[in-house]
Amino acid sequence: MATETREPCCEALSPERRRFMGRLCIALSAVAAAIVGIPVVGFILGPLIAPEKDIWRAVGAADSFKPGQTVNVKFVDPSPMAWAGVSAMTAAWLRRLDSGGFVAFAVNCAHLGCPVRWLAKANLFMCPCHGGVYYADGSVAAGPPPRGLFKYPVRVRDGQVEILASAVPIE
Amino acid sequence: MIKRIFRQAVDAFEERTGLIKFFGDVMKHPVPPNTGWWYVFGSAVLVAFMMQVVTGIALATRYVASSGSAYQVLEFITYKAVLGNFLRGMHFFGASAMILLVGIHMIQVFLMGCYKYPREFNWVSGVMLLFITIAMGFSGQLLRWDQTAVWATVLAAEMLGRTPFIGKFLARFLLGGKTLGGATLSRFFAFHVFFLPAMIFALVALHLYLVIHDGISAPPVPGEKVNPKTYRAEYEKLLEERGVPFWPDAAWRDVVVAVGVVITIAALAFFVGPPELGKPPNPSLLANDPSPDWYMLWYYAVLALLPRGMESVFMIAAPMAAIVFLLLVPVLWNKGERHPARRPWAVAAVLMIVLSIIGFWIEGSIAPWSPKFDAQPLTAALVGTTSPPIVTGAQLFHDKGCEFCHTIDGQGGMRGPDLTLVAHRLSVNDIRIKIANGGGNMPSFAGILSHDELDNLVAFLESRVTLPPAQTSSAAGYSNQQ
Repeated sequence: MATETREPCCEALSPERRRFMGRLCIALSAVAAAIVGIPVVGFILGPLIAPEKDIWRAVGAADSFKPGQTVNVKFVDPSPMAWAGVSAMTAAWLRRLDSGGFVAFAVNCAHLGCPVRWLAKANLFMCPCHGGVYYADGSVAAGPPPRGLFKYPVRVRDGQVEILASAVPIE
Repeated sequence: MIKRIFRQAVDAFEERTGLIKFFGDVMKHPVPPNTGWWYVFGSAVLVAFMMQVVTGIALATRYVASSGSAYQVLEFITYKAVLGNFLRGMHFFGASAMILLVGIHMIQVFLMGCYKYPREFNWVSGVMLLFITIAMGFSGQLLRWDQTAVWATVLAAEMLGRTPFIGKFLARFLLGGKTLGGATLSRFFAFHVFFLPAMIFALVALHLYLVIHDGISAPPVPGEKVNPKTYRAEYEKLLEERGVPFWPDAAWRDVVVAVGVVITIAALAFFVGPPELGKPPNPSLLANDPSPDWYMLWYYAVLALLPRGMESVFMIAAPMAAIVFLLLVPVLWNKGERHPARRPWAVAAVLMIVLSIIGFWIEGSIAPWSPKFDAQPLTAALVGTTSPPIVTGAQLFHDKGCEFCHTIDGQGGMRGPDLTLVAHRLSVNDIRIKIANGGGNMPSFAGILSHDELDNLVAFLESRVTLPPAQTSSAAGYSNQQ
């Protein structure tokens, strides 16, 4: 009974060809990784790449704010998403100057962003986190803040005070 | 019959996979004798992590990663879902246990010199696991999507914003845009549930592989130095002569401690429960005092106590320096003595770091730098007189915010010095100057107080020592009057 022997189907790769095939595999894998990776990274970084415009938000009739008073006004942030719910809300401290103009301070402490409170009787802003204190004009009165409170642009249109809703102030 | 079929099935499985032998070899691999109770913390961390995976998957079956709905879902899980409150508690205390045990494991490895040759890469993977564990803890706190989570997110974005050149980019990356909102929570969810756990799984696999590859280090002996040229031969000889199988000779202690960890976490979840949900995640609600979970409280205190102007350097450079230093530890000291008795500087360094963290942690839990906004006006009994200037001064002490930072007879904040006996320390004129000019952590009240108001306030402060002793009572006295 004759026995069959298996013949090698092909020659082993030469060292040069083996090196080439190895490199080809790495290159092809890199191409595949790029095809998947680039859109993934682009998608994740999308919010940083796509420009988001600041938006003027009305916060109340100009006449409703008394000169010398600082009040908390709430408005929707500039880039609300349908599913954001209450987290799309933001706020500012709006001060009507004795001259009639308006100043809108960010509620974020310039130290670490905590929400500052306005103490009307003391005419001071105070931060609950690390004790930063600001005068009524937003300048630093005491504590760790490196600068005064950030300000938002304000305007009066058709009798309404409008604040330019913009990014969380980060320096 | 059934037994025979089962045996055949097992044999067929083993013949095709070899997994039974593989895991058997792993479990029974020889380890040095007398490893003792100091060697249980690594497996305890692993068990805590496994608990986090299991409880996390369960919570994820109900959680909705939507900024607008997550708070309501958390309310449902906490107050209505069957065992929801208990599971949230398990997940919270599991995270706490993991961070605590990672810290203890790291200290043990450092003090016993287990990071030295040939286990340098295991130390490096452990350092990476430490920081990813902290990141898991922080991102988990943010998934507790209430008002504190919202402000903690802003705080983190502000801190990242201090990074030179790319600060704003990093902050926006964290927020998922230029404001906190719809994109923020789903981002944290993806990191907390997919990305970071995947990294932990990969690094734990590497960590365990290296434990098997390089073996468990023998307990250190004074005078027995690590010499990379001879270490492996000495270690092999030790295992050959005195090695014991890991299972069950050494593993029984790991099992005892692991079960203890599970019981402790479950007991805390049952008796203490998860952290209370705060107010809804509405960034326009400003009456909030955001603070991190306990394990980051010490760092929060550091940021409060840093000299002015140093925060930016410290927030970015110090954590980076800590990471680099920890990664360099096995590069700088990978041979020589292992026993802590022969490494006094290592012991001193650990003691200094641990005591500093405990000190900052205590300070952070007291937070004396935070104004006490809920301080009530001083009572008539405490003021102790009906004299108009003094009574008016006492009212001003509250209204002008002095009481938020200063204490009178145990009532008030701790930001500034106790003013109960200020007239003992300062003259009337000095008090007047200090109030008017401020300085340091105190604002100037020159433009805030009228002349009369300043007079009344000074009269009140001065009266604290001129009134009869019974009326300048102690804090205990004040408590009794409430």
